[in-house]
Amino acid sequence: MEELIRRCEEIVRDVSFPTVRRWKAEHPQGKAIAYFPVYAPVEVIAAAGMLPVGLRGAGDRLEIQHADARFGSFICSIVKTTLELGLTGHLAPFDGVLFSSICDSARNLCFVLKRNFPELYVDFLHLPHNPESASSRAFLRSEYARLKAELERLAGRRIEEERIREMIARYNENRRLIRALYEWRAEEPHRIRAWELYVLVRAGDVLPVEEHTALLREAREGFARRQVKPRDSIRVILESAFCEQPPLGVIRLLEDAGCYIVDEDLTLGRRWFREDVPVNGDPLQALAESYLDRSVASSVRHDWRYPRFRALLQKVRARRAQAVIFLIAKFCEPAYFDYVLFKRELERAGIPHLLLEFEEKMYTFERLQTEVETFVESLLFD
Amino acid sequence: MTEYRGWIHQRQKELMQRWYARLDESARTGWPPAICLMISGNCVELLEAFGIVPIYPEVNALQLAIRHQSLEPILAAEELGYATDNCAYVKADIGAYLMGLTPSGGRLPRPTLVLCNFVGCNTYIKWFEHVAALLDAPLYVLDVPFLRGEEPSPADIAYVVAQLKELVQRIEALTGVRFDLDRFREAVRCSQRVEALWSRIKHLARREPSPFDAYFDAITLMGPLYVYRATPEGVEFFERALAELEAKAARGEGVYECERFRVVVEGPPPYPYFRAFRDMFARWRATAVASTYSTVGGIWEFGFRHDPDRPFETVALHMLAHNLTNRNYLQRYDQIRRYVEDWRADGVIIHFVKSCRLFSAGQGDMRDYLTKVLGVPTLYIESDLEDPRYFAEAQIRNRVDAFFEALERQKRAGRRMIAV
Ligand code: SF4
Ligand code: SF4
Repeated sequence: MEELIRRCEEIVRDVSFPTVRRWKAEHPQGKAIAYFPVYAPVEVIAAAGMLPVGLRGAGDRLEIQHADARFGSFICSIVKTTLELGLTGHLAPFDGVLFSSICDSARNLCFVLKRNFPELYVDFLHLPHNPESASSRAFLRSEYARLKAELERLAGRRIEEERIREMIARYNENRRLIRALYEWRAEEPHRIRAWELYVLVRAGDVLPVEEHTALLREAREGFARRQVKPRDSIRVILESAFCEQPPLGVIRLLEDAGCYIVDEDLTLGRRWFREDVPVNGDPLQALAESYLDRSVASSVRHDWRYPRFRALLQKVRARRAQAVIFLIAKFCEPAYFDYVLFKRELERAGIPHLLLEFEEKMYTFERLQTEVETFVESLLFD
Repeated sequence: MTEYRGWIHQRQKELMQRWYARLDESARTGWPPAICLMISGNCVELLEAFGIVPIYPEVNALQLAIRHQSLEPILAAEELGYATDNCAYVKADIGAYLMGLTPSGGRLPRPTLVLCNFVGCNTYIKWFEHVAALLDAPLYVLDVPFLRGEEPSPADIAYVVAQLKELVQRIEALTGVRFDLDRFREAVRCSQRVEALWSRIKHLARREPSPFDAYFDAITLMGPLYVYRATPEGVEFFERALAELEAKAARGEGVYECERFRVVVEGPPPYPYFRAFRDMFARWRATAVASTYSTVGGIWEFGFRHDPDRPFETVALHMLAHNLTNRNYLQRYDQIRRYVEDWRADGVIIHFVKSCRLFSAGQGDMRDYLTKVLGVPTLYIESDLEDPRYFAEAQIRNRVDAFFEALERQKRAGRRMIAV
């Protein structure tokens, strides 16, 4: 079990994408398509016989030397490290990169990449922000059809509908397993440590889905066999690090300081749907409707039928959390904005919360640690 | 006084005051209804068809900044939980609501509808969600697909048109006013007229010297362009504005007695230091002959017009493809290239504003393109459009001076310089 987690940690940390290179070596005709957080219709990519890979920046493993001059001050780190990955040849295993409508910085990055890497297929998906309108479903379906046509051009062959349905089924299974692990972790947080679940699920960003599903199964067995005792911790929800990722050390630190993380949005893209995507009928329609009606709440998806602040409160209640910790990437504007209404809602409901800021590259955690410890103490001895 | 001041400025002031008076009336009497919307690719024609008065929070925010009143509301918003690194337009607007502060001193009505015309900037959605939540007003997000290719696709257009029609029903239900297609066409016809006039004004800047500054003076014209575009008053205003500027051009008058430099400006201005910033360029008698900022609401100088025979479709096209914010970053590079070539500019000024990622994220790459690919001298400076805490006056002035000194030397030597 420990070995499996260690392997996942290694996979997640390696910015040379060894698993992608290996897959390409095994599939000489195969193409790898990277996607920037948070969500992408991976089923369509996989149905084209391609490997969808979730990009997550470069953490502290890459010195930013070139990208700073292109993106300047007040821009979050993942935008810069992603460009740096490109400028230093780390994106070489990829044939394409997909972006979607999550924020202005990421969107501009899409086009900067396009200019600097004319040999790459770089595309931008407009994921609708008006699910209230019935027309958003037809629109998103056409957007997915456009993506499908682009991938067909790249692959030099047609993508069969049946194949997309098959992939939906495989990803459904994968997401189901992840959801179940999250449920279980919320019940027995001492059994499944947050950082372990995190690297396990995140490994799915870079592995073929079948391989990742097998890993999840193996891990499930491993967790079940574990002999562990509950710790003296408070139940918290970690929110706001849905795109740029905090150093693993920060997640460990939170746990060591006395938090049971009973839910988080770090790996939201890997369990994007609250329920399965339908496997019958028009698969692109099923994916489009699922995005609009079955998605989890996220700071990058706007749906005023069910505002995110209400969804957060609901999550707090469902997970029986005692507090919320906002972990915001420096300069992440969507997270900063959402914080305002989240905070208002939590305060109305009398739920304590703490705001922390992080950067991909952080070497000292002392200040964070003190803040978390003080916060936890105030709750434990209240 | 370095810049042109005449009837245009006088009339512009009157028109804006009248707009605020209407908003005040709406706040006091509940009529006419008012709807919040964004400047970018705004669909003011549709509101005009209902006799609804638009509230533009961006205009309110910039008015506060120009009057040196933005810091207090920004701090009030930060008190509420906004981050130092959130767009300060939003903070100033929300803070002003909290404090009951308005640029005119009059009242602002509670909006009948918060209409988020999501045209490019993601912050718009966050901003208007907050306005809707804080004022407890209904929200409609008109989702405009970002321009990912050269042109919008039929699906993009169909999606926006479908939403516009839903919006019509929503407004009918909220205001009790029946939609009048003829009135809508009339509004679109006015816009079409104004756009043609505005485009001719912009093309006057191709003359040497240019009779007006297409950055600083264009901003004066932008208020009427967004608030009155779809009205007869707007048509009248732009007819006279064009006539005045044409007469000036015919006399060979420029912004300065002798126009020394012609530049293209990218990025919004630092409103809290508008005067000081303008003077930095005036010292060098540098005229902006084109600017990207003046195309946030719409790009008309390349030929696009609303069309009363296809009102819904052209309103959709305007939102999708004919404004700066919904076009992609590389299209902006190309827009600047066209300005440099066709408006014969000596260089480009990139003003990075901290608040605005839509404008600024990637401007370093833009500079790389302008200097290395096009070989155009480019100055890159940083401050903010709303927050007075980020304007390092002496430092910016030094950079501006260094840029023009170098440009002058190169001009004399007949060589081209590249970047500062
Ligand atoms: S971290 Fe935030 S600001 Fe940066 S790209 Fe992601 S969503 Fe955008
Ligand atoms: S981020 Fe820029 S475009 Fe968006 S609201 Fe702020 S100033 Fe306007």
